[in-house]
Amino acid sequence: MRTISLRRALPLIIILLALAALPLGANGYILGVLTTAFYFAVFAMSWDLLFGYAGEVNFGPTFLIGLGAYGAGMANALLHAPVPLAILIGAIVAVAGGVALAIPALRLSGPYLGLITLVAVLLLQQAIVIFAGVTGGEIGLSVPDVLSIDSGPNYEYALAFMIISGLVLSIVARSSLGMILQAAGQDKIAAAALGFNATKHKIMAFAISALFSGLAGALLVFYLGTASVSAVVDVSIGVRVIIAAVLGGRRTIIGGAIGAIFLIVAGELLRPIGQLSTFVVALIALIVIVILPDGLLGLLPSRRGA
Amino acid sequence: MLALQILIDGFAISTLYALGALGFTLIFGVSGVLNLAHGGLLVVAAMIAWYVGTSLGHGAYWGALAGLGAAIVASLLTYGGVVRPIERSRAIPPRERELFVLTATLLWGVMIQEALAYAFTNSPVTVKPLIAGTINILGVRTPINELLIAIIAWAVMGCLWLLVNRTKIGKRLLAASINPRALTLLGFELGTIYLVVWLIYGVLAGIAGVLLGSFLGTGSDYIPDLTGSAFTIVVLGGLGSVSGTLMAAYVVGYIETLTAYLISPSLRDVPALILLIIVLYVRPQGLLGRR
Repeated sequence: MRTISLRRALPLIIILLALAALPLGANGYILGVLTTAFYFAVFAMSWDLLFGYAGEVNFGPTFLIGLGAYGAGMANALLHAPVPLAILIGAIVAVAGGVALAIPALRLSGPYLGLITLVAVLLLQQAIVIFAGVTGGEIGLSVPDVLSIDSGPNYEYALAFMIISGLVLSIVARSSLGMILQAAGQDKIAAAALGFNATKHKIMAFAISALFSGLAGALLVFYLGTASVSAVVDVSIGVRVIIAAVLGGRRTIIGGAIGAIFLIVAGELLRPIGQLSTFVVALIALIVIVILPDGLLGLLPSRRGA
Repeated sequence: MLALQILIDGFAISTLYALGALGFTLIFGVSGVLNLAHGGLLVVAAMIAWYVGTSLGHGAYWGALAGLGAAIVASLLTYGGVVRPIERSRAIPPRERELFVLTATLLWGVMIQEALAYAFTNSPVTVKPLIAGTINILGVRTPINELLIAIIAWAVMGCLWLLVNRTKIGKRLLAASINPRALTLLGFELGTIYLVVWLIYGVLAGIAGVLLGSFLGTGSDYIPDLTGSAFTIVVLGGLGSVSGTLMAAYVVGYIETLTAYLISPSLRDVPALILLIIVLYVRPQGLLGRR
């Protein structure tokens, strides 16, 4: 089992402390951008657990995110559940969705599973539009409660949530669960012959990934004050999550966070060039993927040859 | 009357779906690439056809020709600029090449979408039909364009069949899809064969894109949906199986038309998606797929 050496963790801790101190000096706009980026970072890290470790091609991260977001939003708006309870309900709904998604994953792999996960997103999107009476449909569902109206606390919640999620996901990925997932992903039969129950571990991986995706989706709803298809379900959001994870460096967990923050901040910095900003971000991501397949984290000398 | 209307409309849309998905399945069958920028190529063809034909006013035929040329260029760019660098990269482990191609083509599709929206417009446009006007088939007013689309699509598919089954180039393509290594050992340059496939793919996508644009309209925002439809049809039929793709295209086309006419146009995608999930549970390799 790899241990995290202090020398390697130190720069990370310094960066995180600097981020935590940011509300003292930065304005609300910068904090707002980073708050969204932190939730996105959790989406990408959860996705990386499924793809990087379990080798499952999940094209529909927004299925899990959307279930968490709408579960929490509807619990708050319709059942008047207080925010913490609503977030819990969202997380439970997402985990149920994750387990449901794990069932086809046991039989299918590669592009077939990719398509099923994509279809799951499209069906969720249709369901939201069809049951517009309770979901708010295409306009979106506004929730009565929010986490906080100040950008400072919102920022700190998101940062804390990202750090905790990153830690837990890293520990899971480095634990025996992560190892068995990698082994089963590379050679299912050999892993089974060694006595590992790949089915159980895969369902676990889906459930954990869903738990964090759902929590992040739910928190995002209470940050934005609204749950809408374009913010948490749309396929293009899922595409960005995948790009973030691959861009940062797959099979690293933390790479997802770096990629997500990079994508969102780059998108904001490029806002002055208007319509072309998405084009440029996609181009940068494409170049990184082709030239540096290990992602941005692959640039760090300590990871070379790892 | 309604039944005949559904029969005719469903036939036209299904034939278009078949042609649109055929290139996707061909590229996968021969070179193992799932091109998630597929919708992008279709829309490039349609947008250029609209721009040259309608905006610049050169007429439907020059427009269609320009659209076809644009799709061929876009297809070769996809291969040379995106797919080939990944396949040649030593840094990417072979086991993960598939995901890298998927991610990279996805990004490429986003770039095409944004570039088209920036260069032209992101609001939907309609490509001028090659022949305007309508005819009456047993009391159903049908645009001549709809018939023409079905005829052209079937003619193109027939040509492709002849090319694959009756020519030397076609036999090489077939061989590349069955055992690329053996083909290399026999002294054929795999790179040339892939180039030919991407060229054919460009032609297919170009024709399909222009026809789609004249039937359903087009726009940069259509790209993800078109990729999704092609992906659905191809997986439903069985990846890499041409006859499976044709069958699936008609199944999906008719289910969508039936839903749109009999239930509600807003639900037209849903039954096909549910069917796809059921088929993949029962028969993961699709209707006619090889395992």
